[in-house]
Amino acid sequence: MAQLILYGLIYGGIISLGAIGLTLLVRILKFSHFAHGDMMALGAYLTLLFRVTMGLPMWLSVALAVILTAVAAVLIDRIFYKPLRRTSPAILLIASVGVALVLRHLIQFFWGAAPQVYQRGVERPYIVWGLRIRPTQVWILVMAVVLVIAVWLFLQKTKTGKALRAMADNMDLAAVSGIDTERMVVWTWVLGAALAAAAGIMLGMDTQLRPAMGWLMLLPIFAAAILGGLGNPYGAIAGGMIIALSQELSTMFINTAYKPAVAFVLMVLLLLVRPQGLFGGKA
Amino acid sequence: MALLEVSGLRAGYAEVDILHGVNLAVNQDEIVCVVGPNGAGKSTLMKSIFGLVRVRDGRIVFQGEDITGLGPSQIVRRGMCYVPQNNNVFPSLTVEENLEMGAFIRQGDFRRKMEEMFELFPILKERRRQKAGTMSGGQQQMVAMARALMLDPKLILLDEPTAGLSPKFAELVLEKVTEINRMGVSVLMIEQNARAGLAISHRGYVLTMGRNRLDDTGQALLANEEVGRLFLGG
Amino acid sequence: MEWGGIIGYGLFLLIYGGIYAISALGLNVQWGYTGLFNIGVGGFFLVGAYTSAIMTKGPDFSHLGGFGQPFLVGVLAGGLLAAVLALLIGIPTLRLRGDYLAIATIGIAETLRLIVTNEQQLTAGVWGIGAIPKPLWSTFGDSYNAFYAVVVLLAMVLVYFAIERGIRSPWGRVLKAVREDEAVAQAVGKDVFRFKLQALVLGAFFMGVAGALFAHFVGYISPEAFEPMNATFLVWVMLIVGGSGNSKGAMLGAFIVWVIWSGTEFVAAALPPTFGPRAHALRIVLIGLLLMAMLLWRPQGVLGEERQVSKLVRNEPAGRSAQGG
Repeated sequence: MAQLILYGLIYGGIISLGAIGLTLLVRILKFSHFAHGDMMALGAYLTLLFRVTMGLPMWLSVALAVILTAVAAVLIDRIFYKPLRRTSPAILLIASVGVALVLRHLIQFFWGAAPQVYQRGVERPYIVWGLRIRPTQVWILVMAVVLVIAVWLFLQKTKTGKALRAMADNMDLAAVSGIDTERMVVWTWVLGAALAAAAGIMLGMDTQLRPAMGWLMLLPIFAAAILGGLGNPYGAIAGGMIIALSQELSTMFINTAYKPAVAFVLMVLLLLVRPQGLFGGKA
Repeated sequence: MALLEVSGLRAGYAEVDILHGVNLAVNQDEIVCVVGPNGAGKSTLMKSIFGLVRVRDGRIVFQGEDITGLGPSQIVRRGMCYVPQNNNVFPSLTVEENLEMGAFIRQGDFRRKMEEMFELFPILKERRRQKAGTMSGGQQQMVAMARALMLDPKLILLDEPTAGLSPKFAELVLEKVTEINRMGVSVLMIEQNARAGLAISHRGYVLTMGRNRLDDTGQALLANEEVGRLFLGG
Repeated sequence: MEWGGIIGYGLFLLIYGGIYAISALGLNVQWGYTGLFNIGVGGFFLVGAYTSAIMTKGPDFSHLGGFGQPFLVGVLAGGLLAAVLALLIGIPTLRLRGDYLAIATIGIAETLRLIVTNEQQLTAGVWGIGAIPKPLWSTFGDSYNAFYAVVVLLAMVLVYFAIERGIRSPWGRVLKAVREDEAVAQAVGKDVFRFKLQALVLGAFFMGVAGALFAHFVGYISPEAFEPMNATFLVWVMLIVGGSGNSKGAMLGAFIVWVIWSGTEFVAAALPPTFGPRAHALRIVLIGLLLMAMLLWRPQGVLGEERQVSKLVRNEPAGRSAQGG
């Protein structure tokens, strides 16, 4: 059980990073971005390209992949989403479903459908207080915590971060105050996609890479974001932890194959009893 | 030459014109108040001056430059600021952060300007770390005005600054408007309480059905029989 | 290609195009007329297929079965179960913002895929269900596809007329009012939630029927055969291409996109064999780009929305609210 909780925390860190990015997009752009999971997969596969195919060091591969994913997100926004932003929000949703499918199958086209890993061979786990944890998982936990703190500092302390929160509060007033809203939109994408890429890479490090990995993550990250009140980046972290822990702990009672469904069931239950999310936010 | 000169302004939403050729001027160091019944087009006038509503015809000249058709972000940079009637603060940001956002495009340090604002609105200094959304309506109005003043504008547009405030707070806000004006900022405001608004204004305009009805000094309008009958309930 | 091949392809076009058209008609009720964002089309389709297969088969030890019901009962049961599912998913989500429904429908489609993959005794898991009865198979023999094409097209025409009648009734006008402006519909005293639920359930019923028709034609279904997201996506592209808010458009779009979709198979076949299964991925990328191009350059679709109905709707709520206010 303690072991499951530990795995839950690791997985929760990954979900949280995805959910934070998603929450920023929902709050600032009012956009439920259904391609967010596939952006995670893109980051993971770009890392594979740099690390395994080109043989670059891991840290450099990760950095390049995060940057390129952010660039890809901004380009996708400029080409596809921006022209549609003035039409109905639902059209944007369909467009993002389209982008999700295209991304996933581009990944499958270039890298094939078979699972892949960054590193072959078995890692010898550390044993701490009777709990097994692999060195990679330690890295994932550390990275997740560092990133969450970095995002927090960015949003609270920097001028751009404050402007992003101002945009989330009131887009019109931000424009009236002279904040360059288009530039902030770009920032939102950069931040959201970079976090997604990081989450995808961590997921790839923890398990393996599959083209559908992002799509399968979409449900947990949305569930986490909704649990956190869709709009509150810090609620997204709590939501991510709850989802991850329930998914891991559910394996004690039900078939492991149903793990992904646990996130969904939790989400539906929550929508029934408390649609505004567990942690405030706007309904 | 007037600081702001609006001539023959036609504007509106979708296919409907709200303003049918409005003329208006604000001179240096003036407080100008626009009064009129509901639906006269006062808010639309403000919004079209600030580039939030598309101007169909007419000209808006600010500091000698034609700003017709410019967007809010360009107008802000030319020294005009706007305080909307509703939703005029960032609720989840602290008072300090709200002011910082007001100074977003300001180059260099904004701390000194912020201190100036705290002198003007001492209550904001006490509550500098409070989230704006948790403050009272009157306090939010002060945050909104302070936010707009962070850029040292030449002209500030106030859309019904006392709407929804208690008489005590409304009086305080109008006092602040006079104070702001003494600091060298010209003011163009809409005031639903026409008597109080005109009382502190150098000049006033009466708008009805999207057209100029009357304009004169504030005192003259207050004494005007027609205005009295229309808006002052006397 | 010889004549036999062309006729054979033509029959496939009619059958698959017709089956997808029924799904697209269902989606059109949900999205085109009511503005409901269902991205779980594949899930409802899957329920219809599995339900009908299980209902009509004789005893089979590899999965639940032995009901031996006739074809029509199976198809109706498929539609009904899909409808019940829509009811269950609609109740918690339809009062909330639109994107909640969307994510919930993704969730239900994924969960269904997990269930059919893992519940061996129910659906035979990854082995799939085979030997699904084909109605009147022995009677038609060699010309079976021609017969089945008639069955599918009949079903499609039936669904089309049912929807057209509904949509031109006062009920249909309320649906459109809900899509145009929920607040106004609410203000004139319509129970928006109930109308949305009805549209969701009705659309899901048609999707279930389409799934059942599919199962009886191919004779074998398995979780892999579905890839619910691809089915969902194809139906969406069909509706957008044809013109959402227009039943004729939904059907036209289904046939056009199916032709393109089967055409990309030829393209994929022309690629060097080293691409193997990757060619399939490329097909979906092409369809995805088609969707994006449509959204950007012709969002109203080939046919666009039918005018005479929508005009009525735009005037109606405005007129009523003016009286009320």
